[in-house]
Amino acid sequence: MPKITNLTSLIKSYIAVFSARFRTLLQYRAAAFAGFGTQFFWGLIRVMIFEAFYRSTTAPQPMTVDEVITYIWLGQAFLVLIPYQGADPDVRAMVRSGNVVYELVRPTNLYFFWYSRAIAQRTAPGVFRALPLFITAGLFFNMQMPPNIPAACAWLVSILFAVLISAAITNILNISLLWTISGEGVSLLLSSLTWLFSGIILPLLFFPDWAQATLNILPFRYIMDIPFRFYLGHIPPEEIWYHLPFQISYLIALITAGHLILTRGIRRLVAQGG
Amino acid sequence: MPHIIVENLVKTFQIAQRQPGVWGALRGVVHRNYRQITALAGISFTIEPGELIGYIGPNGAGKSTTVKVLSGILVPDTGRCEILGRVPWKERIAHVAHIGVVFGQRTQLWWDLPVIESFDLLRDIYRVDHHQYAQTRDEMIAILDLESLLDIPVRQLSLGQRMRCDLAAALIHRPSILFLDEPTIGLDVVSKLAVRDFIKRLNQERDVTVILTTHDMDDIEALCTRVMVIGQGQILSDGPLENLRARVTTERRLIVDLEGTEDISDPDASVVLRDGHRVHLTFDPDRIATADLIARITAQHPVRDLFVENTPIEEIISRLYAENH
Repeated sequence: MPKITNLTSLIKSYIAVFSARFRTLLQYRAAAFAGFGTQFFWGLIRVMIFEAFYRSTTAPQPMTVDEVITYIWLGQAFLVLIPYQGADPDVRAMVRSGNVVYELVRPTNLYFFWYSRAIAQRTAPGVFRALPLFITAGLFFNMQMPPNIPAACAWLVSILFAVLISAAITNILNISLLWTISGEGVSLLLSSLTWLFSGIILPLLFFPDWAQATLNILPFRYIMDIPFRFYLGHIPPEEIWYHLPFQISYLIALITAGHLILTRGIRRLVAQGG
Repeated sequence: MPHIIVENLVKTFQIAQRQPGVWGALRGVVHRNYRQITALAGISFTIEPGELIGYIGPNGAGKSTTVKVLSGILVPDTGRCEILGRVPWKERIAHVAHIGVVFGQRTQLWWDLPVIESFDLLRDIYRVDHHQYAQTRDEMIAILDLESLLDIPVRQLSLGQRMRCDLAAALIHRPSILFLDEPTIGLDVVSKLAVRDFIKRLNQERDVTVILTTHDMDDIEALCTRVMVIGQGQILSDGPLENLRARVTTERRLIVDLEGTEDISDPDASVVLRDGHRVHLTFDPDRIATADLIARITAQHPVRDLFVENTPIEEIISRLYAENH
């Protein structure tokens, strides 16, 4: 069965790229510890704001204060899921220096080649941040564990797809760099949208009612809000069967879009004479 | 069967033109003028297995465009191109698995990783069998003398070291065709010689077909049996170096170091340059035999030293361009 061996060896080549990028990113240990510090203090401030808010409000709120606190800590721990620095700096350097031509002489699909890098970028920096934050916040700052095993499982599945969706968005940022100047604009816009509509700034349930319909259509809530609410048990675990098809559909849509943009971008890049 | 068949390849680019200044930039948002540039105006050639070809031409002549079409990066407007029986841009993935490419001003190594890890990665990307990989890698390390560089991150290598590593990287998957786009650019003499020597061995011992673009005419003289000259998107000349020379000029140069500083006048030779004791003469070997000319001059003048040269290849090329303009 030569076809299948081909496919596995093809996948192996993407895994190799992923792991190379992953290892490179792990080298930035100082950045990881600094990141941990920053995210920890930001988390602390936001927790205090919400505590103050809950103490002064009498109106019923969509989440309990304990849920919000855990939600905030989860956001801090998984901050790397937001493509906040824009595209992969390596890809940026490649496009600027012209080394990107080498990417086109590889016997691989360029989209998935870069997608593998994007997955590494959305995971590696989190290794040294998520775990210490979980421990510190769990022990000293009132962060809860998932209420039961099904909730934890639903969370794991949805956070896995969150990584894939976030990497697909990152890859669109990477690809947009092929349009050098306007690419920077797209990059900024898309990462701001993710920032705002994923729930990291404000849990999505606190947005006004008229905004909820829009938030529900956008893919960004699947990066943080939905996985976090599975973690909290705020969404019943069995509803994973409702949300998973959406996550997968968004993933496929984002990958398809990225593919189309890449095809156009390559034609353009080449037209510049490189 | 030829390794590479190219027939009537045409490639034009559209370039957006922008007026200078702020006003020009603003106008560019609304309306753009495009200018057509013909990079390749119908070039044709065939290359047999095991050839080592020099591909030369001035900046912007279409060298890099050709290499990019042949390596499947660019799609030409019209024309035919078959490499090892494949059309590069149609079967890109299968095609690139059989070619190696080195762009002299760029690197394909991972900037932050030690050299050896880049090689390992390329093994996985090209899906090279582990046993074959170990063999190729060790050979490359031995021939290019890379042993001491393997653990160094690429960003810390000198240009010459990096080029040697880049050459090895392009060959990890044992391509049967190698495109080298200015591999000696910016290198010092020692590195240049090492690279040249390596290319020669590769071609002779492994039978790799090599297409070398360069501005360094010494590269061409040292390596290439066949030279293609491109200018303004057209092949101006294609054949052995000697033919190119013969086509443009049969002239030779005689350089004489005199004891004194007197003038030399000879009916069959003319002075082209005078520099203190040194006199450069050109002559046509069909009109007068080199030995006769030397005998005549040494009889008339006290001579310290003399030597005969072919017309420098740079000059040949520039005359070829002048003819075609």
